[in-house]
Amino acid sequence: MVLDVNSGAVHTVDQLVYDVLDFYPEKDKHQTASLLQGKYKSEEIMEVIGEIDQLIGQGLLYSKEKYLEHEAFKNKETVVKALCLHIAHDCNIRCRYCFASQGDFKGERTMMSADVGKKAIDFLLNKSGNRRNLEVDFFGGEPLMNFDVVKEIVAYGREKEKEYGKNIRFTMTTNGVALNDDNMKYINENMHNVVLSIDGRKEINDYMRYTVNGEGTYDVILPKLFKMAELRNHENYYVRGTFTKHNLDFAEDVLHLADLGFKQISVEPVVATDEHDYAIKEEDLQIVARQYEYLAEQCISRKKEGKEFNFFHFMIDLNQGPCVIKRLLGCGAGAEYLAVTPEGELYPCHQFVGNDKFKLGSVIEGSLDMSMHNEFANAHVYNKESCNECWAKFYCSGGCHANAYNFNNNIYEPYKIGCEMEKKRIECALMIQAKLMEEE
Amino acid sequence: MKHIKTLTGANLANSAVKGGCGECQTSCQSACKTSCTVANQQCENK
Repeated sequence: MVLDVNSGAVHTVDQLVYDVLDFYPEKDKHQTASLLQGKYKSEEIMEVIGEIDQLIGQGLLYSKEKYLEHEAFKNKETVVKALCLHIAHDCNIRCRYCFASQGDFKGERTMMSADVGKKAIDFLLNKSGNRRNLEVDFFGGEPLMNFDVVKEIVAYGREKEKEYGKNIRFTMTTNGVALNDDNMKYINENMHNVVLSIDGRKEINDYMRYTVNGEGTYDVILPKLFKMAELRNHENYYVRGTFTKHNLDFAEDVLHLADLGFKQISVEPVVATDEHDYAIKEEDLQIVARQYEYLAEQCISRKKEGKEFNFFHFMIDLNQGPCVIKRLLGCGAGAEYLAVTPEGELYPCHQFVGNDKFKLGSVIEGSLDMSMHNEFANAHVYNKESCNECWAKFYCSGGCHANAYNFNNNIYEPYKIGCEMEKKRIECALMIQAKLMEEE
Repeated sequence: MKHIKTLTGANLANSAVKGGCGECQTSCQSACKTSCTVANQQCENK
């Protein structure tokens, strides 16, 4: 398989093409032919070079790009369009790997008031410029611990969006423990997407995710999460897990969730520094890569058997993905996307909450530190040295700023282990597409 | 072509022409929250 990075074109090729591309077009066709003499016939080599030249002419191979100078990029207005509301800095379970310091984000266990939530909605409506589609995620801690306030904020948002001519998509991330028929009904009527946390197999989930009494959550949450998925017609939700060094065979966890009947699955690597026993380290990368390959093969075979499921990181639409302008900018944290604490303080994203250095405003005062906002808005792939030469830059878009900061103290320097895993995921995603398209 | 099969000629350059409207979903809000893949987001301006 050959990917033309700048155009996004994907080709499958035979061995001869691979060998020719080792030299051509850097060397001219006669030099290339003489270098491969003995392995292939000269006319075959010339035939391949003819095909390569045709693709180069069509802009589908060795294409050049000037996206940075494109008017759509230069004129792009950076506005705030998404908020992550930390509706509860408290949690009803404890997770070993929790980046939120088991719900309190290293601070007091607090709840957002309806007043702060409404001010956050006002802030979003006022800072979103001409953008119509806005997003508000209810996050925690555990948002179901402050559910009445969630409802009040949603009602306020629905009223205000009309006034401003906007469309707010509410979403929620929950551990599922407190789900019941009433709140499920409300969530299904009001939330555009819902992220349901579960790590996979019972022993894996329960080792990391347990109640305050130390009991695993699997048996409690599984029937609730499945009911939720059914009620949502297996759409617009994700069961989302984290894998760590303790379950490097995480493909089994993904497949376990698929075997249970879940159709929308996201399981991703823990982000933790080396001192944690569960951290994924460079030495684990080979195993992780093999697991992604195995999972990709399983995705293909299950699709053929009519038992398909979506694995979030393998979902790439080769024909109609996001535009290249979006692909340059990445996740939008600190620029288009901000997190709001229960007290109404703004941070670049949920992962920066608790680090005072990154406090960049307040929804109470309606303030936003524009210099920090601009620093994040400029953290695009062309300003990240290691992204410049990377083939995956238009797929991952520079990676996660919080990971970059946590590992390298610099949002412009991506987290290397994360990059390696992401490249493998993209490679597998492209391979899945290629195999399925080839067989059609 | 005999040796090369183009699976997708999707040209990113063309996507820039109508691109940058910003109406699509913010990447991190969807299902990850700790890692970033942008290419799996959907375009709202097809």
